[in-house]
Amino acid sequence: MVKVTVDGIQVEVPNGSSALQACEAAGKEIPRFCFHERLSVAGNCRMCLVQVVRAPKPVASCGFPVAEGMEILTDTEIVRKARRAVMEFLLINHPLDCPICDQGGECDLQDQAFGYGADHSRYQEAKRAVTDKYLGPLVKTVMTRCIQCTRCVRFATEIAGVPELGAVSRGENMEITNYVEKALTSELSGNLIDICPVGALTSKPYAFTARPWELKRTDSIDVFDAVGTNTSLHVRGSAVLRIVPRVNDEVNEEWLADKGRFAMDGLKHRRLDRPWVRVHGKLQPVSWQDAFVAIGRRLDGVAGERIGAIVGDLCDAESMLALKDLMTALGSSNVDCRQDGAQYDVSRREFYTFGSGIAGIEEADALLIVGSVPRQEAPVLNARIRKRFVAAGRGGFPIGMIGEPTADPTYRAEILGDGPGILADLRSGSHPFADVLKAAKRPMMIVGHGALVREDARAILAACWALAVEVGAVGPDWNGFNVLHTAASRVAGLDLGLLPGSGGRSAAGMMSGGVDVLWLLGADEFHTAQIGAQTFVVYQGHHGDAAAARADVILPGASFAEKSGTYVNTEGRVQRSFRAVMPPGDAREDWRILRAFSEVVGKTLPYDTLEALRDRLAAANPVFRVIGGRDVAGVSDLTGPAGDPAAVSPAPFQPVIDDYYQTNPICRASPTMGECSRIYVHPRTVAAE
Amino acid sequence: MSAHSPIDQIEQPASFAFDEESEAEIATILAKYPAERKASGTLPLLYVAQKQMGRLTGSAWVPRVAMDEIARRLEVAPIRVYEVATFYLMFNTRPIGRYHLQVCTTTSCWLRGSDDVVAACKKATGIAAFGQSSADGLFTLTEVECLGACSNAPVLQVDDDFYEDLDGPRTVELIEALRRGERPTPGPTIDRLDSAPAGGRKTLTDSPAEPG
Repeated sequence: MVKVTVDGIQVEVPNGSSALQACEAAGKEIPRFCFHERLSVAGNCRMCLVQVVRAPKPVASCGFPVAEGMEILTDTEIVRKARRAVMEFLLINHPLDCPICDQGGECDLQDQAFGYGADHSRYQEAKRAVTDKYLGPLVKTVMTRCIQCTRCVRFATEIAGVPELGAVSRGENMEITNYVEKALTSELSGNLIDICPVGALTSKPYAFTARPWELKRTDSIDVFDAVGTNTSLHVRGSAVLRIVPRVNDEVNEEWLADKGRFAMDGLKHRRLDRPWVRVHGKLQPVSWQDAFVAIGRRLDGVAGERIGAIVGDLCDAESMLALKDLMTALGSSNVDCRQDGAQYDVSRREFYTFGSGIAGIEEADALLIVGSVPRQEAPVLNARIRKRFVAAGRGGFPIGMIGEPTADPTYRAEILGDGPGILADLRSGSHPFADVLKAAKRPMMIVGHGALVREDARAILAACWALAVEVGAVGPDWNGFNVLHTAASRVAGLDLGLLPGSGGRSAAGMMSGGVDVLWLLGADEFHTAQIGAQTFVVYQGHHGDAAAARADVILPGASFAEKSGTYVNTEGRVQRSFRAVMPPGDAREDWRILRAFSEVVGKTLPYDTLEALRDRLAAANPVFRVIGGRDVAGVSDLTGPAGDPAAVSPAPFQPVIDDYYQTNPICRASPTMGECSRIYVHPRTVAAE
Repeated sequence: MSAHSPIDQIEQPASFAFDEESEAEIATILAKYPAERKASGTLPLLYVAQKQMGRLTGSAWVPRVAMDEIARRLEVAPIRVYEVATFYLMFNTRPIGRYHLQVCTTTSCWLRGSDDVVAACKKATGIAAFGQSSADGLFTLTEVECLGACSNAPVLQVDDDFYEDLDGPRTVELIEALRRGERPTPGPTIDRLDSAPAGGRKTLTDSPAEPG
């Protein structure tokens, strides 16, 4: 630790801290543009100038290391004058177009010009103009506004791992560009918008939509993957206009994947806003009462075991529990939260959660990825792997992958093989990567759904666990056994036991004629043709996707933005989101629909309020008592999950996501995501047009 | 003047491959750097590519495909090569004429009459302004900053060669010679050796006396 005095306040900061960090420790706000906590230091904007006693001139505090006994002054005439001069230079070429700039109201330059800008310009010459660049369908550029802080270049290179942006040319002609007029190939590109301190990079879909001060902000959780990114929904009136990340160092730091940020325009399209009932083969709009009566009538005389329910990927824990309770009341044990047919061992939480935690990735020193493409399944988590990879330096964080990645992982990974057969080689030690894992102090393993949706999933899981035990990835003080989920609802579903009970049928069994009445709670990720022709389908959900078209009764539910819900991320972290807007039309919150229906069939569910339902959640599984936190613990019991590790088939792993931008009903309804899919996933069809 | 036009406005060749001569140079260059630091070879490889283009096509420039090839060889992102190539004005990121006329107009040359050299270049080639090429495609005229030959100002650099102590008529003469396909000997165009005084030695003209 180093003792530093900032404006007479003595603070102690770690060795190697910058003067800027020391100033922040002393509670002094230092203006900055190029400096960003999560990026490397560039030191090119010069806005953070401070005075260091006995230094001949002001120093850029972001890149100036502290020394013992250093005295820093942040508010002297010299500092103010220096910053005013820097600001004058920055504003020389910056257009005065704040009234038509989307960054207006949340612009670092605007804010700091308020503090350090002059009331007039002394610059008489022609201003420089820069041609706008094409960076794809998500990020809009107005490059004349760029102050060349290079945050975007550093973000793309360091965090996103797609070194496609750069500063070309020099001096007056310097421009930030990708040079080749090509869309940025990152699932994290939306973060450029947040990271840009001015209006050079703004959101294309959100262009000219609203001003920040018009927006009401509601805390939410991203449901488009299982990372549980903390988000904030920005709402005006009844519309969610944009989604931005909230800082949570344990989960997403301050990043948000593009799907979570831009798919929300799907909330306005293809919505189910009233109940429908199929009469003589055609869906007719009806009242809630009629819809309930239609289901009640169909259920009349149907035995409990002929009724089933499947829940989808975006569901909140509350509605899942209400559905399970309803099914139990109806005498059915046919419930399943695994519409993709994945197999888990739910006897212990370690077998189906991301044991090391997302932040725990930074403590690991070797990684084996089995049947997963983290870049597409969880882009924000992938950024954490990359962060660890970059921090560890050359060879410091060896990564092995089993299964061909469908995209550049953004870090150097050794492809060990394409199928789980290699696990046996790793266990026997005949594969060289086994030594890498064994030599590591904290090896970790990520098992993805490419492995878990197969016939031999249980065998693979057992083999992975056995390998984890053998290489020391699980132990009393480290749990490096990680299951990476792709569905936001999945871990909560498993925690609440939304799995077939004894004698119950799985999702596939229910579809292939195993039940007469099938209740789909937002379940869309399968071919509806799988459902038997005679099956009576109730679809409860928010989007008119494939399953709604197959339904006999449609009950309009609420999307994640329209209800308060509890979600459990892949780490097993319980998080809560709040209602930002009301559901459209006659649509209702899902648990209320289930509660109301239970009364119609005379099996009234025992909760009338969300609080009562949440008490029931906590009673059903104590993990729901702790919101936001997560126990970081080792594994005391090394017994593995059920399954014969030897029974793995050599078939190669298949990716579970073929189109990152089209993985759920909201994305498929979103014009922005459709555009992304066209440009990024099917570029050849675009070229042919 | 924008030194680098947007990439999409330039006709780019479809492919680029180093020829045998270049490959030999590359092997020598890369041997100088440790394998994990081979990105250091960016600048020399850009020179190699530019020279090869001059040799094979008569226009010494670095097309995008060449930069991509260099990036592939050095295992860096293509943008890192674009950044370097566009930063240094010695690399031409668009096609140039057979002869690259680079006139220094910085203080020393300007005081010694670089304006005449510029005017002569324009007159002899028909080029209207800096950054443009002549209609016959033989010449490209560029304004450069100090070339470090102040003692022989004004100086005109043709490709890699310095022609020094120029004035208007001698510049025209030089360009005419180039047009005929000749390459006059580089160096001073007046009666002097390198940077020695014009017209011969001014000091030490006597032989030292015999030691006696």
